[in-house]
Amino acid sequence: MRTSKGQQRIREIVINGVLLLLVLLWTIPTLGLFVSSFRTRFNIQTSGWWAIFPHKEWVIVEEFDKPEDVDPDGEMTIAGATGTFEEFREGIATEDGRQVIWSGNKRLATIRIEERKWQFLPELTLDNYGQVLAGKTYTVETADGGTVEVEGDNLIGAFLNSVTVAVPGTIIPILIAAFAAYGFAWMNFPGRKVLFIMVVALLVVPLQIALVPILKDYVKLDLNGTFLAIWLAHTGFGLPLATYLLFNYIKGLPRDLLESAFIDGASHFTIFLRLIIPLSVPALASFAIFQFLWVWNDYLIALVFIGAKPDVQVITMRIAEMVGSRGADWHLLTAGAFVSMILPLIVFFSLQRFFVRGLLAGSVKG
Amino acid sequence: MAQAQQESQSFVEQLLDWFTSTLGRILIALVVPVVTFVIMWRGFIFLREGNAPQLVIALTAIIWGVGGVALIYFVTNWLIEQLPPRWMSRLQPFLFIGPAVLILAWYLAIPTFRTFLISLQGRVSEEWVGLSNYVAVFTERNMTIAFRNNLLWIAFGATLSVVFGLLVAVLADRSRFEKFAKSMIFLPMAISMVGAGVIWNFIYEVKEAGSAQIGLLNAIWVGLFGGDPQAWTAMLQPWNNLFLIIILIWMQTGYAMVIFSAAIKGIPNELLEAARVDGATEVQIFFRIMIPYIMGTIITVATTIVIFTLKIFDIVMVMTGGQFGTHVIATQFYRQAFTNQNKGYAAAIAIVLVILVIPVMVYNLRQFAEEEAF
Repeated sequence: MRTSKGQQRIREIVINGVLLLLVLLWTIPTLGLFVSSFRTRFNIQTSGWWAIFPHKEWVIVEEFDKPEDVDPDGEMTIAGATGTFEEFREGIATEDGRQVIWSGNKRLATIRIEERKWQFLPELTLDNYGQVLAGKTYTVETADGGTVEVEGDNLIGAFLNSVTVAVPGTIIPILIAAFAAYGFAWMNFPGRKVLFIMVVALLVVPLQIALVPILKDYVKLDLNGTFLAIWLAHTGFGLPLATYLLFNYIKGLPRDLLESAFIDGASHFTIFLRLIIPLSVPALASFAIFQFLWVWNDYLIALVFIGAKPDVQVITMRIAEMVGSRGADWHLLTAGAFVSMILPLIVFFSLQRFFVRGLLAGSVKG
Repeated sequence: MAQAQQESQSFVEQLLDWFTSTLGRILIALVVPVVTFVIMWRGFIFLREGNAPQLVIALTAIIWGVGGVALIYFVTNWLIEQLPPRWMSRLQPFLFIGPAVLILAWYLAIPTFRTFLISLQGRVSEEWVGLSNYVAVFTERNMTIAFRNNLLWIAFGATLSVVFGLLVAVLADRSRFEKFAKSMIFLPMAISMVGAGVIWNFIYEVKEAGSAQIGLLNAIWVGLFGGDPQAWTAMLQPWNNLFLIIILIWMQTGYAMVIFSAAIKGIPNELLEAARVDGATEVQIFFRIMIPYIMGTIITVATTIVIFTLKIFDIVMVMTGGQFGTHVIATQFYRQAFTNQNKGYAAAIAIVLVILVIPVMVYNLRQFAEEEAF
């Protein structure tokens, strides 16, 4: 039994339609943030971000003081509309598609005549970014026409700190894990099996288990708030997965290759550097992306181990702080959030292939 | 002339002889690590106390950190290679696995025991209190709410992530824009939970009735359904948690989709064709063939997301800070450990988290033992 052409066509439409709907649902939140980050403070506060798209809206076409000859307590006729005061307050539609609105009280008021017109607010600006990136003070116009002095958020500093945390926080665990993976895969030593079982067991251990004792150690060693402290923490928490993934990969490399290198008199160290590392680039890249995104996006570890030092703060901490202190300043929050996402998004789009491969290789992380 | 050259040559040889003599080797073997250590230490002090411009600090730190670790491996290896071959082959494995094992022990293995001991002690580890922290963890209202919320997170968050992931994977497999669709659904994986918190806070933003709703959800709710503006994350406990859970679903569906997509592509085509020839509908094929075929993958993905969900922290912290009955286990842990400074109580919470993942740990170990690849 074959389905008919028509049925097949309907099925295709349903499949593509539902998928498109899901894609839209998944994309709109980010799009809203992205669009908003370029809108002015005033526009963000007075209209939704979707107002930048053309849409029909009531627009004031005429405005004048209330005529003297009408009686607000009874029936009135203004600009072709007839109704009571209450009805005028709500707005009365006229036959030519306009609406007449009484704005004010019974004694003092203006009459607005509005028309539904195609509108869009294309007014975009980079000011929000200027303000969150720099540390200097800005004068900003408020919605009611006044001005306020606002201090910039110096996200550039936090961004640099994030880079300083994330680059070594990615490379160090990979280096250490690659050595260990090679050791477990190709070397013989007492305790090899027991130690690797420890690695496997630690794969799912929640890192919360370590925060209190490690913080105690850091306080004792005076390491708290240093880059070294946070690199080591990310190394420790990333190592089980890194070692496990790289072990699986290195173990799978052809054995003859290594044996012939040994016969040529190469030492383990040379083989590792000259042979294993170049051959493992795909696995290393996969894990590197994984770890980089993880470290860059981390909030908890940063909060615990560098919380006390403002000059070392990473970008996620700054954004979280802005949510607390500038909860309603959406022009800054959206721009700030986007600054924090730009690097992960670039990494994601340019190296997605490796990222997917890393995920597929197993990604249960503690 | 020739003689002079010979003399200088023999001088060089002598020098080399001296260097390679035992005494020279020992001396160098001592000097090299000391110099390495001094360089590393100076770098550390510079970074800790440095007032240099931030860009300089950043660059120095990266070079110091990455270079330092590489240097330690090189120097230690060099030292080991100076030893007699028997010692060298005995020690070299420990150079390779040593650093990893030491760091794992310091950061994860030993802390498990230390945290357990702390959990049996009072606020600042001043006295032994037996199991009373655990009693408090399971009876105090704060914690029972947190446990209930984590259950909600698992029941809705993990389940719906898997369901949507499966749905997208199956649909994308037959659509005309598979790559694009998968990229877009996968995208939130790259965003931090803090960033996602901002994105969704903006969607849930509420303005008082009458003024323009700038939050998407309220704009739809007020504009299309004529409802009153709602503070979604603060209303109607415990169901306000669902609005936080949506964020998790938004972020984790991509992960589930990627794994499922690969699994679905692994289903042999003959199997699907045979079912179609026998007259099975697409829905039947989905439930009777695809789902059973990739059941193992579904369980793995579900387990991973459940573990992830157990530790959920950032989303709650950024969205509500645990207010309005939205605390979860990990935020209570943070609150007890660092805000209330009740280390014993916090440690007990951490131990409970570990106990919750033990079944998965046991499963992993058994898988590993069965593979016998070691």
